[in-house]
Amino acid sequence: MNKSSARAIPVGIPTTRVTRTFADLAAGMASYTGLAIAFLVIGLPTYWVVIGALKAPNEIYTVPSTWWPLQPQWTNFSKAWVAAPFPIMFANSLAVTVASTAAKLVNAIFCAYAFAFINVPGRTVAFVAILGALMIPEEVTILPNYLTVASLGYINSVSGLIIPTVGSAFATFFLRQAFLALPREVLDAAKVDGAGHLQTLWHVVLPLARPVLATLVLLTAVARWNDFLWPLVATSQATTRTLPVGVYFLFNQEGSTEWGVVLAGTILVVAPIIVLFLMVQRHLVEGIASGAVKG
Amino acid sequence: MVVASMRIRVPERRQSTPLFTARGRDTVTFIAFVAPNFLAIGLFSYWPLLRNIWLSFNYWDMIAPEPIWIGVDNWIEVFTSTTFPVILRNTFTFTVVSVGATLVLALGAALLLNEPLRARDVVRATLFAPAILPGSAVALVWTFLFAPNFGLVSQAAVAIGLPTVRYLNDPSWAMPAVLLVVVWRRVGYEAVIFIAGLQSISKDLYEAARVDGANAWQRFRHVTIPGLGPVAFFLIVTSILASFQSFDVIRVMTAGGPVIATRTLIYQVYQEAFGAFNAGRAAVYATILFGLMLSVTIVQVRMVERRVTYE
Repeated sequence: MNKSSARAIPVGIPTTRVTRTFADLAAGMASYTGLAIAFLVIGLPTYWVVIGALKAPNEIYTVPSTWWPLQPQWTNFSKAWVAAPFPIMFANSLAVTVASTAAKLVNAIFCAYAFAFINVPGRTVAFVAILGALMIPEEVTILPNYLTVASLGYINSVSGLIIPTVGSAFATFFLRQAFLALPREVLDAAKVDGAGHLQTLWHVVLPLARPVLATLVLLTAVARWNDFLWPLVATSQATTRTLPVGVYFLFNQEGSTEWGVVLAGTILVVAPIIVLFLMVQRHLVEGIASGAVKG
Repeated sequence: MVVASMRIRVPERRQSTPLFTARGRDTVTFIAFVAPNFLAIGLFSYWPLLRNIWLSFNYWDMIAPEPIWIGVDNWIEVFTSTTFPVILRNTFTFTVVSVGATLVLALGAALLLNEPLRARDVVRATLFAPAILPGSAVALVWTFLFAPNFGLVSQAAVAIGLPTVRYLNDPSWAMPAVLLVVVWRRVGYEAVIFIAGLQSISKDLYEAARVDGANAWQRFRHVTIPGLGPVAFFLIVTSILASFQSFDVIRVMTAGGPVIATRTLIYQVYQEAFGAFNAGRAAVYATILFGLMLSVTIVQVRMVERRVTYE
């Protein structure tokens, strides 16, 4: 198909006449049309939101809409910044994401190491117990966890947002698989050298598993940052909210009267993630893909 | 916290008098390594599961000091209510359509993006991006796009001669609107996984099929589709589970409404617990939700086992 015909043309040699059939050309055009549509499906809504965030209220409600804001209203952003406590919410989101991701990963690393390399009786049973927890999603546990955290007095606090999320079933399972796939000889060599479990973990296993760990950190951090249900029920004050919940309350509060401000607030929430995504995009996408295909 | 408690293990005293045998030392290390995770999982996964079941036999408004035991009343109430069938149907529609539509569109996108086209990496990243954004932000964007009259969707409908609708307030349009957003957000993620699946299919198979005189469609039907089987299965199961857990988009766009047109099981759990403050009924719905997710996982494990055994 396309691939083989592309391979048939020697690179670097100027080909004056490439034997291309009409069907090839049509297929190529169809492909690029598809590509353009795929791009527009995401691009158009994005563009619409960006220009919406710069429009004055009366311009937003004008039909047919303008494709370029008549007078860019940068004040929408400063209004959003004032309407919701963005710096505090950002700090909350950051604290929850960092602490929760770190705790989850530390838990997963030690647990996965124990399951992979320390052979003790009852290990299989313990592992099944961890696997079982994979089937208990946050959504099912929301009410009892609310009651537990409330009885600890942590509702409306950053600690309350973190505590129920520190356990790790998926990451433990994922890491154990990765640890088991590490070259056995290296680990045996460490053992022969008299390295204890902590030393083996720190000096041998973790360096070897770095790519998997990077993927896990990214996946966990994204999920924590975007979490909505738990922060929604565990907070009732603007100052303890995370960004995903905060922007929703901004919408509730400004409603449909100040769409420009709401959209500006949404962009404030989304922009840092987009920037970060552009930086780690390749690694993230490849990590997700390889995890799914292998696992 | 957990991080702090992790420092207290380390029975690294092999030089001095051995307190434990090598075996015993391993056991102690093992326990120290897994204990924090077990504590967290026990407290925030297994215990809530049991507590849900217990709560489902009680009446409690979460204000009274103690729940009141009422036996199976909550269960009877839920199963005989007119709401329950609607919620089940909503959950079913939401799951089947979102899983099916995402899968088909993602496969199409993956086939396209697997071709050596210019700019395909840019398109791939663009398509993937919504998957990592907060669901609430995505939902806000689409609430704006679905706005009556001045919304982009509404204007597009008018432009091609369709009547304009208050999409999110119309009982027959709210569910399709929410579904569109959920699919829009997930297609890129599934496409990326499909692409990896496509690239893991051996080129030799295509070559062999070509030698046997298979045309493009036959190669797709008999090489690509079977080759993608395991990946598609993984995607179907994970997206069924993800759809059972979809909350943020529904919360922001429709709040389960209009009336209960977009209320799914997970939304009902939230509504009963934090809207109606009826812990017992919330626990009933949460237990049903768990049962459903458990069945899906069991089916998955069975299928994987069968494939492993027979192949």
